[in-house]
Amino acid sequence: MGPLIVLLWAVAVIAACLVAGWLFRTVAIVATPHTIKRELRTAPLTASFGMLVIVIYIFVAIFAPLIAPFPEREIVGPEYMPWDHIHLLGTDNLGRDMLSRLIFGARNTVGIAFVTTALAFLIGAILGLLAATVGGWLDQILSRVVDVLMAIPALIFSLLLLTIFGTSIPTLILVIAVIDSTRVFRLARSVALNIVVMDYIEAAKLRGEGLWRLITREILPNALAPLVAEFGLRFCFVFLAISALSFLGLGLQPPMADWGSMVKENATLISFGDITPLLPAGAIALLTVSVNFVVDWQLHRASGLKE
Amino acid sequence: MSHIWKMVFKRLGLGFLTLFIVSLLIFLATELLPGDFAQEFLGQSATPETVAAIRRQLGLDLPMHIRYIQWLAGVLHGDFGTSLANHRPVIDLIGGRLGNTLFLALYAAAIAVPLSLMLGILAALFRNSFFDRFVNASALTSISFPEFFVAYILIFWLAGMGGMFPSMANFRGDPNFLDMLYRTFLPAITLTLVVTAHMMRMTRAAIINLLASPYIEMARLKGMTPMRVIVRHALPNALAPIINVIALNLAYLITGVVVVEVVFVYPGLGQLMVDSVAARDMPVVQAVALIFAAAYVLLNLTADVLATLSNPRLVHRR
Repeated sequence: MGPLIVLLWAVAVIAACLVAGWLFRTVAIVATPHTIKRELRTAPLTASFGMLVIVIYIFVAIFAPLIAPFPEREIVGPEYMPWDHIHLLGTDNLGRDMLSRLIFGARNTVGIAFVTTALAFLIGAILGLLAATVGGWLDQILSRVVDVLMAIPALIFSLLLLTIFGTSIPTLILVIAVIDSTRVFRLARSVALNIVVMDYIEAAKLRGEGLWRLITREILPNALAPLVAEFGLRFCFVFLAISALSFLGLGLQPPMADWGSMVKENATLISFGDITPLLPAGAIALLTVSVNFVVDWQLHRASGLKE
Repeated sequence: MSHIWKMVFKRLGLGFLTLFIVSLLIFLATELLPGDFAQEFLGQSATPETVAAIRRQLGLDLPMHIRYIQWLAGVLHGDFGTSLANHRPVIDLIGGRLGNTLFLALYAAAIAVPLSLMLGILAALFRNSFFDRFVNASALTSISFPEFFVAYILIFWLAGMGGMFPSMANFRGDPNFLDMLYRTFLPAITLTLVVTAHMMRMTRAAIINLLASPYIEMARLKGMTPMRVIVRHALPNALAPIINVIALNLAYLITGVVVVEVVFVYPGLGQLMVDSVAARDMPVVQAVALIFAAAYVLLNLTADVLATLSNPRLVHRR
């Protein structure tokens, strides 16, 4: 393949993505109620494409057993079969259907990354808002603990913790959630610190509102926009972290279908010029790029910038 | 001048305090380990007598704080204890690998830092042009890629099809320096691609932030060329954020190195750590984690100090 052909292909793929994004936006504008419609109109093509990809991933994750032609863990043929009309993407190192595992991987990898991110947010946001609202010694203790936890690189720290607690899905979720919650804590605290000094918070305090009500009714709604954008970014980091751990053989354990470990298991094919093992890695990359596109749009909107 | 040194020393003190707390944390991690260290150390040959003997020999019957001090003293003398998996001193396992990992990280940094600074400056110079948008979009894309994806694409293109570069780093036959550079080219390029994007984006942002300030306007009104405005006036003032970004990314290399070493079967610390985690070989994991964490803390510390020193307002404060 000459470099020119590669370039042509790249242009064609990008164009196709943008057209898909445009089509999706057009359909979405027609199909959604009025309030969402107005926001969707402002979406650039990259963000529309990102949303389309996210919708497809969610659909595949939910309906995985219906879409996949073969079961997740069953050996259905010889090892490393090439692509044909029965096994569209061939078979893996144990003779399991690659396409089916790719589809089930959407459910496992994305699902677990989502649960982990949600947990990290629950821990980080609650503690961060609490630290900013209460202040004083609670703030000091929590902030210093977070400082210490952040002084160790995340991947190294999770490897250390996984050695101690072993590699199972609940520990994996907990370990990554706790490590990532420190980053959420930082953001939630700094955002809330600016809100706490507002007059309406003073007024709410004088009205005699309790701590919980103060946080959920007065502070949280005003801190939501940056936190939502952060959720997207955090999801990307968590997703990449879990994939990296799975790739290293320390995340989701076989025979569970998971994109990170699928790359590792079939990596030998790459040296022979077969791109099949790149597909799960590409699936990871496509989702993170898409989420980043949408987050970029949302951040741009939240900051009120106009080009 | 004295207050700046006071500030620097304060930072250094805080840095070493962090290092101390990190070591404490890593030490306490072993205490959480379920099961008995001596039992695991002996494996099959554990009888009550041998367990008691090994406990005494390793000092496990002493209280926790004394063991911590002993461990820390050992670490400072280069004694990291004994591996559970093959009963060799941990320092022997680490020895050569530390050099290999440092070599790879420095190799990647030597390419990534100048490249990203140049791209960042060019993107700031031609901002909102096609070049800028293209560089930005590819940066955003490559940030979102997992390291192993980048690594395998490179293997597929440069090692599998063309066979231009070796896909596995092997150090057999005592290679000379140029040979080493050639053999470790793919892992180094992978790391470079992973960190360049972020560094370049931050350099661009730091410079563009400054371009709105009055003295830049003044320089422009004097009739300076855009390139000269950026290099002479914007860049020196953007130094502090840029130094921070470089340090942050070099620190990021530390984590990136783990995955990349596994992909290329590179005999470094990351590979050792992953193997030891799988085998639950706690002393080795502890030692490698401590080295990585120390490098991370020290890099951030250096960045802090350098950023302070690069700010004339702080150095010559009245």
